[in-house]
Amino acid sequence: MSFLEISDLLLKAGDKTLLSNISVTMEKGEVLGLIGESGAGKSTLGLAAIGFMRPGCHVASGEVRLMGQSLLTMLQEELRQLRQQKVAYVAQSAAAAFNPFYRLEDQVTELRALQKEVSKLERREIARSLFERLQLPEPEKFGRKYPHQVSGGQLQRAMIAMALLNDPELVVFDEPTTALDVTTQMEVLRVIRQVIAEQQCAAIYVSHDLAVISQISDRIVVLRNGVVVEQAETRKIIDNPAQDYTRALVAHRKVGEFVGQPSEANAVIEARALDLGYGANTVVRNVDLQIARGEIVALVGESGSGKTTVARSIAGLLPPRAGEIFMNGKKLADNVDHRTDDIRRRIQFIHQLPDVALNPRQRVRAALSRPLQKFLNLSGASLQKRLDDLMDEVELSRELLDRYPGALSGGQKQRVCIARCLAAEPDILICDEVTSALDALVEDSILKLLWRLQRQRDIGILFITHNLGVTRRFAHSVIIMESGKIVERGLTKDVFANPGQEYTRRLLASEPTTRQGWLDDQLATTS
Amino acid sequence: MRHPLLSFVIQRFGSGLLSLVVVSVLVFIGTAMLPGDAAQAILGQDATPQALSELRQELGLNDPLYLRYWHWVAGALQGDMGMSFSSNRPVVDVLIPRLINSMILALSAAAIAIPLAIGLGIVAALNREKLLDRVISMVSMWLVSIPAFLKGYILIAIFATHLGWFPGLAIVRRGASLGDWANALALPVATLVFVTIAHTMRLTRTAILSVMASDYILMAEIKGLSPRRIVIRHALPNALSPILSISMLTIAFLMVGVVVVEAVFSYTGMGKLMVDAVAYRDLPLVQACGVCFSLVFILFNFTADFLSILVNPRLREPKA
Repeated sequence: MSFLEISDLLLKAGDKTLLSNISVTMEKGEVLGLIGESGAGKSTLGLAAIGFMRPGCHVASGEVRLMGQSLLTMLQEELRQLRQQKVAYVAQSAAAAFNPFYRLEDQVTELRALQKEVSKLERREIARSLFERLQLPEPEKFGRKYPHQVSGGQLQRAMIAMALLNDPELVVFDEPTTALDVTTQMEVLRVIRQVIAEQQCAAIYVSHDLAVISQISDRIVVLRNGVVVEQAETRKIIDNPAQDYTRALVAHRKVGEFVGQPSEANAVIEARALDLGYGANTVVRNVDLQIARGEIVALVGESGSGKTTVARSIAGLLPPRAGEIFMNGKKLADNVDHRTDDIRRRIQFIHQLPDVALNPRQRVRAALSRPLQKFLNLSGASLQKRLDDLMDEVELSRELLDRYPGALSGGQKQRVCIARCLAAEPDILICDEVTSALDALVEDSILKLLWRLQRQRDIGILFITHNLGVTRRFAHSVIIMESGKIVERGLTKDVFANPGQEYTRRLLASEPTTRQGWLDDQLATTS
Repeated sequence: MRHPLLSFVIQRFGSGLLSLVVVSVLVFIGTAMLPGDAAQAILGQDATPQALSELRQELGLNDPLYLRYWHWVAGALQGDMGMSFSSNRPVVDVLIPRLINSMILALSAAAIAIPLAIGLGIVAALNREKLLDRVISMVSMWLVSIPAFLKGYILIAIFATHLGWFPGLAIVRRGASLGDWANALALPVATLVFVTIAHTMRLTRTAILSVMASDYILMAEIKGLSPRRIVIRHALPNALSPILSISMLTIAFLMVGVVVVEAVFSYTGMGKLMVDAVAYRDLPLVQACGVCFSLVFILFNFTADFLSILVNPRLREPKA
């Protein structure tokens, strides 16, 4: 009998099948990685392993046995006891998973409060020792804070502390580092690795990031559309995948696919000595930047580094505190309201979340027609012709013109957003984290599309991203920002091969790879 | 850095004051635009033009509007809101006892209605879509759909006429004991509870259920907490803000807007006072009532906002 046995699990939400035909086993002390795209059912499976179904979901058939007990036939009260004592869950967004109303120590030790004999003071001491174990700053004071008063990385560690409260036998980590910056991710990965080793517990690690999962897990289960595609030892999945889908997943990180020679043309957009801020805070200082046609410039930094702020200012959405922006040598108005239609046409902006950038009540046709009518005065047959051409250009079926955004996939929606920008025939495209909400393989296809378009149309792209892997493959030159300042810039291949600054080196070192022993090397060098 | 709570209080106090000024101007202009004036009202339809013009001179009615407004405001600030025409007593003396009566009625009703409504809302949320939830929703909707006066008469018919437990008229003499008060107010309070309970109950239910969709509720379930603990300890505190808002608005509404109930039970409160003042064209009293009503609403709105901040750590506790 294995520690966890899931056999022939069929899980449904109403009529919709979320998981089918799932058979997975794991042994005590093992770390099992679940990988797949969003909607593949990996979180659902992770929760099912501890006998939890989201509201509206039910198990149609199959079995889940944990430590010999069948979780699906247990009484509610028995299941609650099991969850309190034997299993734990670490959620993706710690900021959302902590109750904003209570202090951290009260939430972390809440299960102890159910036992009458444990006093408030004892609970505080328990919380303190957990925080100390997770290397949180000032562990004796940390618990007095509310969730909104600590950083994302600290909150994630506090959630791991909460999970360890009752020395669980099985911990489910559900994308615990996805919302974090790479350097913060590094700290949290270190803690998770350490905790699993000390605790000798089994763990299920859910992620869409193959590199992260390969560093943590002993074995990997690849999920797609609710079905197990492949499961094997980690090294086998990475080095010798058996299925096409797994091969595509592993292959997508190949380096230097797209990058050609940087452009020799003169800069179309030039920003000089920009200072930018909101309210009383100046968040960006003294930023210079040029983008020429046919060039992809990556603006890279962690959250809060000011990269999006710079993009907004170039688009005229945030007037600079100081400094100027030029287009072809002529100064641009600070505010987009004061720019001519021709200038607006030349600078187009693609947002991170296509869901938010598209009007849900407007068909694709209407969304694409607007710039064609406004900037190019097209109508009638010529408008129709151009709409068809645009759809072809972004590799979408023309039939989708009459759909609403709600009936499109995430990748399709982002393609519509790209088509909408192309409709204006821009000189410069500002892409703000345009692939960070997409799955790895979809991200790949969007990058390929952008790369082809910028060559064919000779567009300059300012590519805002926190993703170093994407930058390495996609950008001719790179600008690295930290805390509102540019710390390093140069040709991508030079900066990545030979970083000149400590921060750049740290950033590059923190980017997970699938290389065996990468995490151990990192832990050895940093501790 | 000033504490955010203090900045909030200062800011809200300022905007409350501004609203009060705007309302007082509107009330003043509104009453000034009515046909006829104070002199006409005092002397009646048969007054000679001679007498009218003398009285106007004496009352300052020929002064420009802004000057009259200024005199009115300056008087009000010193506690003098003019003389009531209909009773020939200072407006303040007429108003204050009525205001106290209204407050007693409103606060008694609120003290029962609000906890009851929140409790029922919690029970409904805990039993979402189950029988108990449906029964609570149906009965409360049913009660709120009966007009207030009809509810009053039904209660009188049952409890005063038929059973004889409580008086049908809520008339309380000065110096009455607490028991007398309770006895007299039982039926009007019950009517008002039925008038207001449905809104607060439904809002509590909706607010809790919307919080129940949060990640931290999912987390609480995964931690193995009981449904009761999840709703009361994890959902309710985060749903308090809208519940407090509607509770405060309910109290304000009860203080100024219960004229129908006051009429049914012959209770001498603010609502009836204003209606009578309008009927008798007692303009100083109408003005005073208008300002008083808006003051009540501003005050309770302020309290609601203040309490919402107090129960929200993100607003109460500075970030750093």
